[in-house]
Amino acid sequence: MSLFLQQIINGLTLGSIYGLVALGLTLVYGILHIPNFAHGALYMVGAFMSYFFMVDLGAHYWVAMAGSAAVVAILAILCERLVFHPLRHSPPIHDKIAAIGILLFLEAVVQMFWGSDFRRMSSPYSGILNFDGLIIPEQRLLIIAGAFVLVVALQLFLRKTMTGATIIAMAQSRDGAFLVGIDANRVAMMTFAISGILAAFAATLYAPINLVYPAMGHLVIMKAFVIIILGGMGSVPGAIVGGMIIGFAEALGGFYISTSYKDIIAFGLLVLILSVRPQGLFAKGAH
Amino acid sequence: MFKLASLLMTPAAKYLMLAFAVLFPLVAANEYQVYVMATAFVWAIAVYGLNIITGFCGQLNLAHGGFFAIGAYTLGLLTADYGWSFWPAFAGALVMTAVLGFLVGIVSLRLKEHYFAIFTLCVGFIIYLLIDKWEELTHGAIGVRDIDAPYGFGLVDFTDTTPFYYLVLAFLVFAIWFMGRLSKSLLGRTFIAIRNGDELAQSLGINLMRNKVLAFVLSTTYAGLAGALYAGMVRFIGPEEANVQHTFDMITYLLVGGIGTIMGPLLGTIGLVWITQSLQFLEEYRMIIFGPLLVLLVIFFPRGITGSFLTWMHRKSQALGPAKKRQTSKVNTAQSREAESNA
Repeated sequence: MSLFLQQIINGLTLGSIYGLVALGLTLVYGILHIPNFAHGALYMVGAFMSYFFMVDLGAHYWVAMAGSAAVVAILAILCERLVFHPLRHSPPIHDKIAAIGILLFLEAVVQMFWGSDFRRMSSPYSGILNFDGLIIPEQRLLIIAGAFVLVVALQLFLRKTMTGATIIAMAQSRDGAFLVGIDANRVAMMTFAISGILAAFAATLYAPINLVYPAMGHLVIMKAFVIIILGGMGSVPGAIVGGMIIGFAEALGGFYISTSYKDIIAFGLLVLILSVRPQGLFAKGAH
Repeated sequence: MFKLASLLMTPAAKYLMLAFAVLFPLVAANEYQVYVMATAFVWAIAVYGLNIITGFCGQLNLAHGGFFAIGAYTLGLLTADYGWSFWPAFAGALVMTAVLGFLVGIVSLRLKEHYFAIFTLCVGFIIYLLIDKWEELTHGAIGVRDIDAPYGFGLVDFTDTTPFYYLVLAFLVFAIWFMGRLSKSLLGRTFIAIRNGDELAQSLGINLMRNKVLAFVLSTTYAGLAGALYAGMVRFIGPEEANVQHTFDMITYLLVGGIGTIMGPLLGTIGLVWITQSLQFLEEYRMIIFGPLLVLLVIFFPRGITGSFLTWMHRKSQALGPAKKRQTSKVNTAQSREAESNA
C-alpha cells in the first residue's frame, strides 16, 4: 500500500512539472496559434540559469529561481519580438521551422558554455519526511505545493486583473480583442514572458531531483505537447488535467510495467488516443 | 548576369552538374573527399523525400529521421543478424519503410498542420526509444556491427569508396529524375494543390487522405532508401541515427536549398554538408550558426536559394517585356510557371 502511495506522490510530482510546462505552451498557443517547439529549450535554459546563479554565483535557491525566471522571461520576449512577430503573416509551417531554429540555437549555446555533461543541482530542501513508512522527499512536496501555488496565482491573474483579462480576450477572439482596443503586441509579449517564467520555475523545481544537461528539455517538451493535445490546445484546465494524466500514467506505468519503457507510455497514449479520437480527448471539433 | 543565370537553369546545366559529379572522384584531392560527397548524396536522397511531404504536400513531417533510421536498421539487422545478403535486405528495407510509412500515415494524416507536426515529432521519438531500448531486436545502445556492403555481382567491389560513390550517385540521379517527373505529373500538382489549401483541393474532387498518404509513403521510402545506403556505406549504426537532430538537419538543408523545388534539396544538402565539413570545429556547435540561419531564412528568404532564384528570374523575364520574353527559351516559361506555382 505504501508503495502504491509512493507512486501516487511520484505521479503528482511529475504531473505538476509537466502541467507547468504545458501551461506555458498552451497559453502561447491560445494567443498566437504557434506550437512553440522552443519551449523545451526555455525550460532547459531556466535550469541552467538557476544552476549558474546557485553554483557559480552562490545565490540562494529562491534567489536563483527568481533570477532564472527573469532571464528566461526576457529571452521569451526576445523570441516573440525577433522571430514570431515578423512571422505573424507567414504560413504556419514557417513558425514551426523558426521555433526549431531557436531550439537548436539555445541548445548549442548552452552546450558551448557548459558542455554536454550531466550536472547535479542541490537544493536546500534535500531532507526526507517519513509518514509512518511513507517516505516523501521534501523537494517533491515543494514541487507539488509550488505548482499548486503557481496555478492558483495564474488563475487569479487571468481572472481578476485587467492585464490577465486582455490575454483571455485575445485567446477568445483576436478580432474582438482588437475592436475593444487591446494592444496585441503587449499581450503577445506578456504571454511569452509568462510561459517563460512558468518554464523556469518548473525547471528549477524539478532540477534538484533530476539532472541538468542541454538535452533535458526534449522529453519534457514532447510530453507537454502530448498533454496539450490531450487537453485541447489553448485550454488552461486541460493542461493541468492532461499533465496529471501523463504524470500518473508514467509513474504507475514505470513502476508496474517497465522502467525502461516509461517514456514511451506518454507517446503510446497519444498515438492510441489520436487513432481513436483525432480531435483529442476533451477538445470539441476536429483539429 | 541574367544570361548566366538562365544558363544555370537550362537542361545543359543539369548535365554539366552530372558530369561534374561523375568526374568528381578523379579530381578529388583524396578518398576522404569522395566519402564526404557520397555522404552528402545519401542525405540529399533523404531530403528529397522530405521535400515530397513537406515541400510539395505542405505537411511538416518531424519523423523523417526516424524512417531514415528504420531503413538503416532493417538493412543492418537483416544482413548482420539474419544472414540476408545485401540486395534482398535492401529491398526489404524499402518495403519496411513503405509499410511502416503507410501505417503511420493513415493515423497521423488525419491530423492537420500543428497536430500533424507534433504527432510526427512523437512518432520520431518513439522510433528512437524503441531502437534504443528494444535490445533483443536492435542491440540497443551497442548498435549494429558487421553490416554487409553491397555485392557487385563479381563486377565491382563496393567496399571501396569510389565504386560506392557511383552507386549512391546512380540512386541520387534516379531520385531527382523521379522527383522531376513527379512535380510535372498530375499527382505532383495534386500535392501542391493540397499544400496551397486543402479545402479548395477537396472541393476540386481531390481525395485528400489518399493523396497525402501516398505522398507520405513516397517520402518515407526515400528516407528508407537513404538509410539503407547509409548503413551499407558506414556499416556500423547506432540509435543515434534516429535522433531528432537528423530531422532538424534535413529541414535546414531543405530550407536553405529551397523548399518545394527540384534542385533545392541537392544544392542545400551538398552546400551545407561541405560547409560543416570544412569548418570541423563547427561540427558540435554548428547549430549556433544553423539555428539563427533557419530563423533568418524563414523570415527573409522562405524559399531558399533555388526558390528565390526562380522568383528573381521570373521577375526579370517579365521586366524584359513581351518581345524579349518570346526569345527566351521554352524552359524559361516552364521554370517561371514552377516559380509561380511555388509562390
